[in-house]
Amino acid sequence: MSTMKVLLAAGALTAVGATGAAAGTLDDVRAKGFVQCGVSTGVPGFSFTDDAGNWRGFDPSVCQAVAAAVFGDSSKVKYTPTTGKTRFTALASGEIDMLARNTTWTFSRDVDLGFTFIGVNYYDGQGFMIPKNLGVGSAKDLDGASVCIQTGTTTELNLADFFRTNNMNYEPVPIETNEEARTNYLAGRCDVYTTDASGLAASRAAFDNPADHIVLPEIISKEPLGPLVRQGDEQWGDVVRWTLNAMINAEEYGVTSANVDEMAGGASNNPEVARLLGSEGDLGGMLGLDAKWAYNVISQVGNYGEVFERYIGSETPIGLERGINALYTDGGLIYAPPMR
Amino acid sequence: MTLGRLWSDKRYRAVITQILVVAGMFMLLAFLATNAVQNLEALGKTFGFEFLQAPAGYDINQTLIPYDSRDTHFRAGVVGLLNTGLIAVTGCIFATILGFILGVLRLSSNWLINRIVYCYIEFTRNVPVLVQILLWHAVIVHTLPAVRQAVSPAEGVFLTNRGFYVPQPIFEDGFSLVVVAFLAAVAGVIVFSRWAKKHQEATGQIYPVFSIGVAAIVGLPLLAFFVAGMPVSLEMPELTGFNFQGGMVLRPEFIALWFALSIYTAAFIAEIVRAGIQAVSHGQTEAAFALGIKPNWTMRLIIIPQALRVIVPPLTSQYLNLTKNSSLAIAIGYMDIVATFGGITLNQTGKEMEVMIIVLSIYLVISLLISAFMNWYNRRIALVER
Repeated sequence: MSTMKVLLAAGALTAVGATGAAAGTLDDVRAKGFVQCGVSTGVPGFSFTDDAGNWRGFDPSVCQAVAAAVFGDSSKVKYTPTTGKTRFTALASGEIDMLARNTTWTFSRDVDLGFTFIGVNYYDGQGFMIPKNLGVGSAKDLDGASVCIQTGTTTELNLADFFRTNNMNYEPVPIETNEEARTNYLAGRCDVYTTDASGLAASRAAFDNPADHIVLPEIISKEPLGPLVRQGDEQWGDVVRWTLNAMINAEEYGVTSANVDEMAGGASNNPEVARLLGSEGDLGGMLGLDAKWAYNVISQVGNYGEVFERYIGSETPIGLERGINALYTDGGLIYAPPMR
Repeated sequence: MTLGRLWSDKRYRAVITQILVVAGMFMLLAFLATNAVQNLEALGKTFGFEFLQAPAGYDINQTLIPYDSRDTHFRAGVVGLLNTGLIAVTGCIFATILGFILGVLRLSSNWLINRIVYCYIEFTRNVPVLVQILLWHAVIVHTLPAVRQAVSPAEGVFLTNRGFYVPQPIFEDGFSLVVVAFLAAVAGVIVFSRWAKKHQEATGQIYPVFSIGVAAIVGLPLLAFFVAGMPVSLEMPELTGFNFQGGMVLRPEFIALWFALSIYTAAFIAEIVRAGIQAVSHGQTEAAFALGIKPNWTMRLIIIPQALRVIVPPLTSQYLNLTKNSSLAIAIGYMDIVATFGGITLNQTGKEMEVMIIVLSIYLVISLLISAFMNWYNRRIALVER
């Protein structure tokens, strides 16, 4: 018996010596030379791979902006595709440094799961898509339908609540990825596909006959989507948060990737712009970054509005209007605290 | 004695090496445990099982017990566990039947049958089972008609890409008489077969126990059924709105998983059965014939009991494999324990460590139970040495 105790004690001692290291993510990122970014497995416009196999889209842009802020080079990002189910484990375990994957900011994820949402880059809500020939005009008429639903998401819980409170039955058809949902929906395994309205618009745009499908008018939930990081590393959280804020403020002040050089050269007499682009004050130094951090973000990735229009805006096949995602100055909800 | 001399002694050396290995293993385990605790602390996470009593909030499409989204995570886990059990039990049964038939056919002297079975076995056991599950699911979802164009091969039976709908029997008052008759018949047959065996040992007279048994077990409940006035009605599935309502449904996910796992495992079982039969020396058959024993008795009393001794141990591993492979359900969205509890619950509560410990323990317990049962059966049929 005493031998056992000695062995256990020895085991415990070695273990204590060998663990540790959950220090600054910013230092870790600098040391390895790239940002490890969790994205979705593919939603048209939001995150997709281009012909050359590079990740592009509305969500990867946030990661590229962070890489531009940290390294001055937006290409220093490596991507980890995650499903609705693997994303939180990947972030919590340290496999990825940040998650930019149309993830809804909720109380329990923020408080209980131990993450920090650094802001909202898309205000969304859950909707339903259904083939036009079924002749359904309202989500209240969906009693008895088979519904394709991505597991491990807030939409899954909203769906259960929606049908229960309206005294309707449904058959949940659980699926893992957007691609799987598309296949099952088009094959008629389910009547309805439900996810965030932006995701529905994006999926529908990729169908052969988008006009055969309608998105029902009801939006049954609030889905503020935003990037998130692990809780407890305020420095890294600030870097990601203010990178997003810098992109939003840049749009508000009219700084674009096209005019950022003139703006930095003094074309604007707005002191906020001067502080943002590093020609006045030392906001970058306070973050532990280069003074030109925000300049690099804007010149290499663009401001919030540019990114929106490039990937999901009304000129793209996805065709989303700015709507509530317009700047507050245009009557929307997008608002960033001042750079001061 | 110095350490060097201890080391040069063969007996002590063996003991010392074993102690070192055990110590190393303990250190590794302790390292993993402390590491996990520290990481959880660093993330500000607590360890506990209170979440089991919180409302699950999600719906499950196949439930063997009543369940809705306001039930607890614990109950959602039970629903998933029962779904796993359903696949495991039905899969093992079908795989065994199919495997035995194929195993015997594989030994057939008919060249064509022999070759066809050979091709089947080589194909199914050399294609990963996950691929087969995805294949069957895709076949059902993409080739069968949509609900509104359902194929109806018999009244009340509909084949669609959302599942196979069949009438559901509704048991009315008086059906208990049929159940009682069935149980009575089973008990009676057991008593009768014991008596017949004793009678045979005493007098040499043989009764047709098997045919009398079948007649009693089928006939008596049937008689009770008619006496009680046929107390069963059928609830027919009917197309209302989006889907068929009423009746019973076998979902594509269940069918694909059950079928794929069964035919995959059946291929292995067929080989085990063939090996078992071939392991019995042909001299046994010849000796039995020389004693004037009928061919089907030779099979039943001489060959199969000896073959079973070879067949049962590897058969156990196949049952264990099938049960564990059922966790591949997640690939097509069949709501087993991994998909409900190990998937959605884990994701909604963020209790990775606790959920994984529970799922792991459940599989371990199921496997050990199957193993214990098969070991008991193996001991029963093992060679009794006198």
